[in-house]
Amino acid sequence: MLETLQIVWFVLIAVLFTGFFFFEGFDYGVGMLLPIVKDESERDQLIRSIAPVWDGNEVWMITAGGAMFAAFPHVYATMFSAFYLALFLMLVALILRGIAFELRGKIDSKTWKTRWEWAIAFGSYIPAFLWGVVVADLMLGLPIVKGFQFSGTFLDLVTPAAIVGGLTFVAIFLAHGAMFASLRMQDEKFIHKLRSMAASFGKTAIGCCVFLLAAIWMKTSILNDKPISLVLFILAAGSLFFALKCIGDINDRLAFFSGSIAIIFFTTAVFTGIFPNLMSSSLSSDWSLTIYNASSTEHTLKLMTIAAGVFVPIVLIYQGFTYWIFRKRISIVNDSSH
Amino acid sequence: MDALFISRLQFAMTTSFHFLFVPLTLGLGFFIAILETAYIRTILDPWKTYLKGLIDFFGKIFVINFAMGVVTGIVLEFHFGMNWSEYSRFMGDIFGAPLALEALTAFFLESTFMGLWIFGRDKLSPRIHCLTIWLVAIGSCISAFWILVANAFMQHPVGFELEDGRVVLKSFSELITNPYVIGEYSHAMFAGISTAGTFIVAICAWKILHVQNSREPFEKCLIAGAIYLGFGILGTMGSGHMHTQYLAQANPMKLSSIEALWETENPAPFAIIADVNQTERRNNSEITVPGLFSFMVYNKFDGEIRGINQLQAESEENFGKGNYTPPVRSLFWSFRIMVASGGALISVAGLIILLYWKRKSMLEKILRFIPLILPLPFIANTVGWYIAEVGRQPWIVVGLQKTTDALSPNITTNQVLLTLIGFTILYTIIAILAIYAAVRFIRTFEIVYERSES
Repeated sequence: MLETLQIVWFVLIAVLFTGFFFFEGFDYGVGMLLPIVKDESERDQLIRSIAPVWDGNEVWMITAGGAMFAAFPHVYATMFSAFYLALFLMLVALILRGIAFELRGKIDSKTWKTRWEWAIAFGSYIPAFLWGVVVADLMLGLPIVKGFQFSGTFLDLVTPAAIVGGLTFVAIFLAHGAMFASLRMQDEKFIHKLRSMAASFGKTAIGCCVFLLAAIWMKTSILNDKPISLVLFILAAGSLFFALKCIGDINDRLAFFSGSIAIIFFTTAVFTGIFPNLMSSSLSSDWSLTIYNASSTEHTLKLMTIAAGVFVPIVLIYQGFTYWIFRKRISIVNDSSH
Repeated sequence: MDALFISRLQFAMTTSFHFLFVPLTLGLGFFIAILETAYIRTILDPWKTYLKGLIDFFGKIFVINFAMGVVTGIVLEFHFGMNWSEYSRFMGDIFGAPLALEALTAFFLESTFMGLWIFGRDKLSPRIHCLTIWLVAIGSCISAFWILVANAFMQHPVGFELEDGRVVLKSFSELITNPYVIGEYSHAMFAGISTAGTFIVAICAWKILHVQNSREPFEKCLIAGAIYLGFGILGTMGSGHMHTQYLAQANPMKLSSIEALWETENPAPFAIIADVNQTERRNNSEITVPGLFSFMVYNKFDGEIRGINQLQAESEENFGKGNYTPPVRSLFWSFRIMVASGGALISVAGLIILLYWKRKSMLEKILRFIPLILPLPFIANTVGWYIAEVGRQPWIVVGLQKTTDALSPNITTNQVLLTLIGFTILYTIIAILAIYAAVRFIRTFEIVYERSES
């Protein structure tokens, strides 16, 4: 029973991270587009497209973290203390980002607004990049010694391969964000620009993926041991290719849809690849944190399974309701009073 | 200074900062929800306009405050793993669940419906729009409940077992019905209402004096705020009293430290002021009321209350040699600051209500002093948490894990110092900017009611 629950929770963690990368993916992506988009009104439209939903999206990350704490406390403890400075930087970014969304519109001044837009952009690039680093490190393994303790330094976290992981995330999220935004805008000219951005970031993302896979293939045996993971990675790249084709065909819906599928494949590939480990030790496989040695007890896992089974669907329903309420495309001029 | 001390300082700083915003969110959310309920049930002007204006006014401030609470809250979720990894390992089986449940049942609810409330006014029917703010307020209550379940376990562990050197969950129902959480939760909720009440009263008084056109809605709101404040403080006092009585069994060391009672006494006196000498473990001098401490705990003027020195000896028997006494002097004074703030606030609330009905001209005269009470609830909330958290030292989980054993082993003093400085600078900047935006908004906001329209 315990073993089943541990597997269930591995899957649930994967699901929560998939939700996180899907929702925050376009959310960060839209934020990251801000410095690239030169037109003031277009930047305003971008922000309006995520303003009502960014906070709810961010909870996916918090839930993924909280669920990790509840289900695999050792992983939470090791990961968060290992990535100490990286997470500090991420918190700074997320704080500025959150505050920026609420304060940007409160004072009618161009400088005030532009500065907060930079804060949103900073607050989107940093976490996108750092989560990419984290995910790459989970696959590549980290110097973890006996007793689940991380023994490396900051530099062990940001290896060249991990940086490629970070860049991959930035590129995927930029493409995802541009495809999301193209669905949300009214202005044809702007949509056209967004499409070409999505296309070029999509291509970059595929390129980054190839480098990342090469690094993983060289440094670990994940792809040899788990061909299914490799297949999923290829499917992720394939979906991204298909999304690019859809952008060419001016089918924005299908483009966003297959871009999202790419993210799901990618996350699934990562988790399939590392199973049953959650954090692998690069020093000895005995010291890795697995779902078996790092989990909570059966009682807690059972309880949390019920809670997740009840509440995740409810959350999806009311978040879906929110997106439905704000389904109308974003007009060029801000016509609401907010 | 070592990594442990700086980590404690950092956690104290980030939680205290976070808790400047949380109580206001808790209390103001319900107040706005009540206003909006009144708004959708009102047909006639000028009340419709006034209510709409007040909702806009407090709503904008609520949004800024809410955002500050959200962003500073994420830091705390990360802290346990970043700085206190050994605590997280030891407690994960019990502590992780409420945190995850908080995210699942409360954060999603609050954040999602907050977005709908802010941006959905033209898109939702008035009733649904009103429902969204209720859901935000309820979400913040649920959130407070889960985090206090987690905190209550640290203060008074229940429903657990020790297994392979970590605590494991034995009974979830015991965990969430921990008597400690009932005291903490009710106290925190009423403190939230009091904080919001004070805020409303202070801001309305200022607006009445500084705005000519829209005096009337702010006058009515002042009274509503004063009633809200009075209700909140009465509840805070009642729940605080109840909780303190419970402390006598749950954590006598904390209770006796708060009252600087060094030796066991029956009946125990209550020290109004005391010059606490921690090194010699006694009070140099004190002014006491005989028997009052016993009365507060047992509702009668006799009954034994164990002193700090006896409790220290008991702890040494149970847990081995060591210092089990928290810093008594600061606990003693923190408690008095908290109670005095509450006393001042209820007096102001009472005075406003009384003068409004009996002597309105007097109320006019004291209006300009009312905004001065604004810092009081924030001070009381902060010292209140200081008492709760410092009062359980040297334990991080009372009787189970010491704070010294909880720290992440792989983080260095410099790293913790760097992040402490980083958070301090960042928090200072965002506090200044948020206050700047809020004050500018408060200054310029007017509720315009044009009679010609109706």
